Amino acid sequence: MASRPLVSLLELPSGAKAVVRALAGGPEFAGRLTAMGVAAGAPLEVLQNRAHGPVLILVRGTRIALGRGEAAKVLVEAQ
Amino acid sequence: MSEPARAREIVVALAGQPNVGKSTVFNLLTGLSQHVGNWPGKTVERKEGTLERDHVCVRVVDLPGSYALSANSEEERVARDFILRGQPDVVVMIADASALERSLYLLTELLVLPVPVVLGLNMMDLAESQGIELEPHVLEAALRVPVVPLVARRALGVSELLDAALRLARAPQDFSPVRPEIAEPHRAVLARVRALLAARVPPPYRAEWVALKLLEGDREIAALARTWLPAEAWQEIDALLRRHEDAVLDVAGGRYEWIGRMLRAAVKRPRLGQLTLTDRLDRIAVHPLWGMMLLLAVFALVFGATFLLGVPLQEWLNVAVVLPLRDALRAALADSPAWLMALIADGVLGGAGLVLTFLPILVVFFAALALLEETGYLARAAYVMDRFMHVLGLHGKSFLPLFLGFGCNVPAVMGARVIESRSGRLLTILLAPLVPCSARLAVLAFLVPVFFHAWALPVALAFVVANLVVLAAVGVVLNHTLFRGEHAAFIMELPLYRLPAAASIARFVGANTLAFLRKAGGLILAFAAIVWALGYFPGQGLEHSFLARFGRALAPLGSLLGLDWRMLVALLTSFVAKENAVATLGILYGAGAGGAGLTASLAAQVAPASALSFLAATMLFIPCAATVAVMRQETGSWRWTLFGVCILLVIALLAAILVYQGCRVLGFGLTHA
Repeated sequence: MASRPLVSLLELPSGAKAVVRALAGGPEFAGRLTAMGVAAGAPLEVLQNRAHGPVLILVRGTRIALGRGEAAKVLVEAQ
Repeated sequence: MSEPARAREIVVALAGQPNVGKSTVFNLLTGLSQHVGNWPGKTVERKEGTLERDHVCVRVVDLPGSYALSANSEEERVARDFILRGQPDVVVMIADASALERSLYLLTELLVLPVPVVLGLNMMDLAESQGIELEPHVLEAALRVPVVPLVARRALGVSELLDAALRLARAPQDFSPVRPEIAEPHRAVLARVRALLAARVPPPYRAEWVALKLLEGDREIAALARTWLPAEAWQEIDALLRRHEDAVLDVAGGRYEWIGRMLRAAVKRPRLGQLTLTDRLDRIAVHPLWGMMLLLAVFALVFGATFLLGVPLQEWLNVAVVLPLRDALRAALADSPAWLMALIADGVLGGAGLVLTFLPILVVFFAALALLEETGYLARAAYVMDRFMHVLGLHGKSFLPLFLGFGCNVPAVMGARVIESRSGRLLTILLAPLVPCSARLAVLAFLVPVFFHAWALPVALAFVVANLVVLAAVGVVLNHTLFRGEHAAFIMELPLYRLPAAASIARFVGANTLAFLRKAGGLILAFAAIVWALGYFPGQGLEHSFLARFGRALAPLGSLLGLDWRMLVALLTSFVAKENAVATLGILYGAGAGGAGLTASLAAQVAPASALSFLAATMLFIPCAATVAVMRQETGSWRWTLFGVCILLVIALLAAILVYQGCRVLGFGLTHA
């Protein structure tokens, strides 16, 4: 099981693909995100991540905007 | 209501995640029978309606849109409380066929509750256009839950959905769905927690469900469970939960894995990887530069439409309805005492006319708001604006209502309802009156040239900028004090772009306008009539009225502000409508019929420093009666409304004192021109 190191969503450039591995930031935060499709094991695509402003991702056919603070708590394995 | 009649009523709870077209289904089912209120003790809107089918009365309760049934948001708590305690006969869950995996997450939560569920697959057309091929009957066989395909926007399948729901409501014993199970690593923990809960869980809760929620880290259920259990049992559960804090991810992972299995056979062809309309439009709409330009253009258009269409309509209403009505009232009351005629024809009708003048603006604004929300653009605008609004503790969605505030604060306050989080909504409502509305801008435009001639434009601009600086400062302060830690995480779905449906826009406009008339209308009328009466009685004109006496009594405060009693009274009458300030000055400074007389007498009698102080107070003063009424309507609380009013009162007085005393120290403008 040669898994790659986990990085936060903030570190991925626009266009990158990754798989969600963990959600830091407490059960409530995790609960909200998982209900919207951002759960462990979910493949995602970064639609937009610039130096400022929320990060935009595509997960399970849904476009979700995450504030930068929130995006930092989504730990993913880049593909 | 008699017992047998009650027994024949069937209660249907309508559930679904946001943006799945649930409201469209609700509207199709209930039509004009809708009743909109609030859930008891909550700020979440409660909608229900009735219909008759095969001689049975069906009551449809529209649950708030929620992604899950945890205690993450007020919406989710309301939805699950109703399913648990409201005892609906059947739950109809609407899912988005174009994002089925995510949509069915709510189903995994519903299926562990003791209530039969019917699944409506909405937006089948949208799914098809994305290249997704679905077989509803295969999904039905896999889930053992009735599944009905829908295209709610074209009213397709809704009748079949209702039939399926009623069939299930009559024979709930036939409902035996395949239920999701928790993933292997945490099965033993779940069983242990459940055993510890054992028989101590009171109805309507069930041990199985409570154990699951505890494992998910649900604070509300944890607090409840604690009261049910003896201390040592709770301590063991608590210790178990601490050791398995990661269970929340596993529970969710298990649900998605289950959804994947259920969908495997039913989805014949998954989404094709082609570039969709949404992808193409988003290249512009969420771009940092183009997105911002588009946003400003769109909002300018909304602003223009609201006031270019709204203002002529206002005037038309005044000429076609209010004035003839006043003449008719005067004629009818010709024989009654003068004060009674004035009270009815000027005081009460004046208030009613005021309520009426807001209608055109609100109708156009609500239509624009619904259009932006329906097409999916509003979420993009919020995305683009979020980085700027974030600083003030506001949500990106707060920008449109605040922007509209330049026209009128009433739609700004009402527009705050597009913001989901309560703290974000409250903060927007509290800040909205600081946006200088067109009525205050008119007062500014009238008074500044009287005193500052060539400098009029920069002085007027400085006032507008000062208001916005105060808005930002109050936002930052409230965000770091009262609303500290309540800053809701910015997590927002950007729905697919869609063509708006005229019927649902019309319904949105109708419902909101009626709500304004019903809830705020009476209050505005009352405020207006009271201020009118204070300015009319005991007679002999405004100079000798109760209002004038009150203004004179405030003279010591006035001298601190550099304002004489006449300006204080003008400030007080501006509570009914901001533009009244000029009319009152006109009466009290003995101007003739035209405005020209007023400018001359003001310039002769008022020092520029006092004028600056008066303008500072006017620009920041307590919101007008209509704004206060809608603040009350939207917050649902007099306390928050009064809090907002008091903040502004204090700020306005401080600003005026600062301006006047500053002028005194600098020796500026203390003598008349």
